[in-house]
Amino acid sequence: MEPENILKMEGISISFPGVKALDNVAFTLRKGEIHALMGENGAGKSTLVKVITGVYEKDTGNITIDGQPIHFKSPQEAQNSGIGTVYQEITLCPNLTVAENMFIGRGHYSFVHWKHMNEKAAQLLDSLGIPASPGQELSSCSLAVQQMIAIARAVDMDCKILILDEPTSSLDEDEVKKLFVLMGELKARGVGIIFITHFLEQVYEITDRITVLRNGKLIGEYETDSLPQIELISKMMGKALEEISEIEKLAPDASGQCVPVFEASALSSDAGVRPFNFTIQKGEVNGFAGLLGSGRSESARAIFAADKVTGGEVRIKGQRVKIRTPLNAMKRGIGYLPEDRKGDGIIAELSVRDNIILALQVLKGFFKPLSQKQAQDFADEYIKKLNIKTPTADTPIKSLSGGNQQKVILARWLLTHPDYLILDEPTRGIDVGTKVEIQKLVLGLASEGMSLTFISSEIDEMTRTCSRLIVMKDREIVGELTGANLTENDVMHVIAQGGI
Amino acid sequence: MNMQKVMTRMSHLVLPISVLLLLIIINLIKGADYFSITVVKGALYGNIPNILFGASELVILTIGMTLVTAASQGQDISIGVSATITSAIFVLFVINAAEVTLVTIIAGFLISCVAGLLIGAFNGILVSIFKVQPMVATLILFTGGRSIAFMIDGKLSPILANDISNQIGTVIPGVPIQTPIILTVVFIIITAWVLKTTNLRLYAQSVGINPSAARLNGINPKKIIFLTFLIMGVCTAVAGFIAVNKAGRHDSVNLLKLIMMDAILAVAIGGNSLSGGKFSITGSIIGAYTIEMLNRTLLRLEVEPEAIKAFKAVFIIILMVVSSPVVRDFTRKIMDRVRTLGLIDGVLKRHAPETAAVSSPGSIKRKEE
Repeated sequence: MEPENILKMEGISISFPGVKALDNVAFTLRKGEIHALMGENGAGKSTLVKVITGVYEKDTGNITIDGQPIHFKSPQEAQNSGIGTVYQEITLCPNLTVAENMFIGRGHYSFVHWKHMNEKAAQLLDSLGIPASPGQELSSCSLAVQQMIAIARAVDMDCKILILDEPTSSLDEDEVKKLFVLMGELKARGVGIIFITHFLEQVYEITDRITVLRNGKLIGEYETDSLPQIELISKMMGKALEEISEIEKLAPDASGQCVPVFEASALSSDAGVRPFNFTIQKGEVNGFAGLLGSGRSESARAIFAADKVTGGEVRIKGQRVKIRTPLNAMKRGIGYLPEDRKGDGIIAELSVRDNIILALQVLKGFFKPLSQKQAQDFADEYIKKLNIKTPTADTPIKSLSGGNQQKVILARWLLTHPDYLILDEPTRGIDVGTKVEIQKLVLGLASEGMSLTFISSEIDEMTRTCSRLIVMKDREIVGELTGANLTENDVMHVIAQGGI
Repeated sequence: MNMQKVMTRMSHLVLPISVLLLLIIINLIKGADYFSITVVKGALYGNIPNILFGASELVILTIGMTLVTAASQGQDISIGVSATITSAIFVLFVINAAEVTLVTIIAGFLISCVAGLLIGAFNGILVSIFKVQPMVATLILFTGGRSIAFMIDGKLSPILANDISNQIGTVIPGVPIQTPIILTVVFIIITAWVLKTTNLRLYAQSVGINPSAARLNGINPKKIIFLTFLIMGVCTAVAGFIAVNKAGRHDSVNLLKLIMMDAILAVAIGGNSLSGGKFSITGSIIGAYTIEMLNRTLLRLEVEPEAIKAFKAVFIIILMVVSSPVVRDFTRKIMDRVRTLGLIDGVLKRHAPETAAVSSPGSIKRKEE
């Protein structure tokens, strides 16, 4: 029997000034399937989702739901016809209760019937197996449960199609498992789920089919079981397989030269990291490994004085120095790409050019602005070097995709030619292609003599890039791994045992 | 292509300039002699010189307001009162001098600038270090400032009866343009020079958009916010100086009364967000002149004096709705559509023009083919 399509899209094209965002794309979603939508940053995934949810109007093409042609003019219309969406960032109100979050602002009634609402919420939570009670404040739930409640909110309205845009990026492994159980439950009920993620393992764990987009064009639709992972990556990147495995060959030489670029002893900050010792050699790539909240980011911030430094001694190239503010650190040749790109990294409304030159400009000083031409030249140089996809250097950075924003921040620090660059989660929430590009770049920079600290929650990424891993747990260093001991397994052992 | 770059860079000025043009058209309909200029005792007078003359203080205060808004994400409502204090100090110095010479005036002006800096520092410390909301922090001086000025005056409204003050407030013999206009132009030039030779713009914008990211890039947000309040302090001193010389006496009760409302409005008309971040001083300046022109247009249209404020309010409502993001998005969509159609049309007639191949989806597609 031919499986039933609930959503069918054909010949979808949409243009924005300067870009053809989608070019003749087709997409089908069957009843009761989980369908992965894959592609690099700027491939058109979000645009396609926004066409489905009525945020954007398509230029050409047809969309049918259950065989009925539809033409959404607003997200509300899409919602009413059974399309639920859950975005990467949880968009609920943490200080309201679970039930309030599930129903408020959704009904057609102006008065809330509290008892009725709580009962309905309890029913829904129960039927989906979500471990939360309706009267509980949302902020007291774990991130995964919050994400599930967002899904419950989306599902409760005869939802036929559920779109999950990076729902797992802030969840730990256990939480992801719980989420997958819920997705399985919905699938069994016949809901068609569109699943967008950057975690390839998750795609293979849960999805039935995969649609790959690249540069706004449809590359193909595949059964998940018959598409090997490496082929999926090459389809997303549009590159031959050899190029992807090339990164393994670049793996750094652990011996290195023995010039400590940065040394810290008993360094501590008011963010709660315990006093720690830390050294990095010239040309070395090391990393802080550990779970979220282990203190890996706090340590990096302490080095850059992003948090208030409360104690410890710092030496740069053997010389004792005081680093009390980020500017001190910058002047000593340290760069820091923060974990929270949106909150700490980009200056959203400013142009790509201003974002690129910012750190260099600050280093030069208040009274020495770069000339317009210099600024433009620097921006053009790094847009080309890092392959940043932006219409012009004048474009505000906020309209770039996540990966390209990250490249702009990288460019900002590379432009200052630091001796030591700290990258905190440079690859979070960005696509495989850019991830590989950034990893390559890190190794390339190290071979030119730059020292780098690379932090990532994907341990395999760190074992591939770093020659030394400092393992952290509960805001303390619990071990250090080098050479042959540098495997994912070893890291987990150290974390589990709290020491070697 | 260059033309197009200029166009996109100027897009934020569309609103203030079109309002200005609209007012000019209304005035021309009322009477074709709107631009006529007469020469009285060697100096130029007429509608346009009057607007430039009348808006002097507002323009200067608007420059400071734009910077404060950009960095601190709020507004300084004490400016009119602060200017009253600084000018009280100026007047006190001048009338106590044995003989009023140019040196006395300049010294008095500089002392009032120091007072302006102190006031700016007071507001700036409250906002940057104690994190008081700008409007609340400046409410303190707004409430108590006129009493301070009154005490400096010694409960009088002292009169500036000297030739130099008179010339600063009106015209210098032999110079065809009224002195406040010249002073304003000089101030604008200095502002432009400061923005060109320092990173004030980049720093203030970064701090206003994302203070946390600015800090991690080595900018001290507190210092920058403090700095904008210092600059505001200088602006108030200059505005107070011009206002008191124009008036010829120091009226602690009415000098530059409620001018902060017009200054905030000018910033908004200039296309600036009142929640900080990106700013355009050019826009604000045009906005300030627009407000003055509006005031005088209503007078010229012989609107009843009691009704002027109501007319102004209606005008502002229309302006704010037209410039709201909702209407802007809508017009941009329409413009995009028109532009795309126009381009396709143009291409059908002749080959793709080089200048147009930059930002239109249609032309890029064609290139690929």
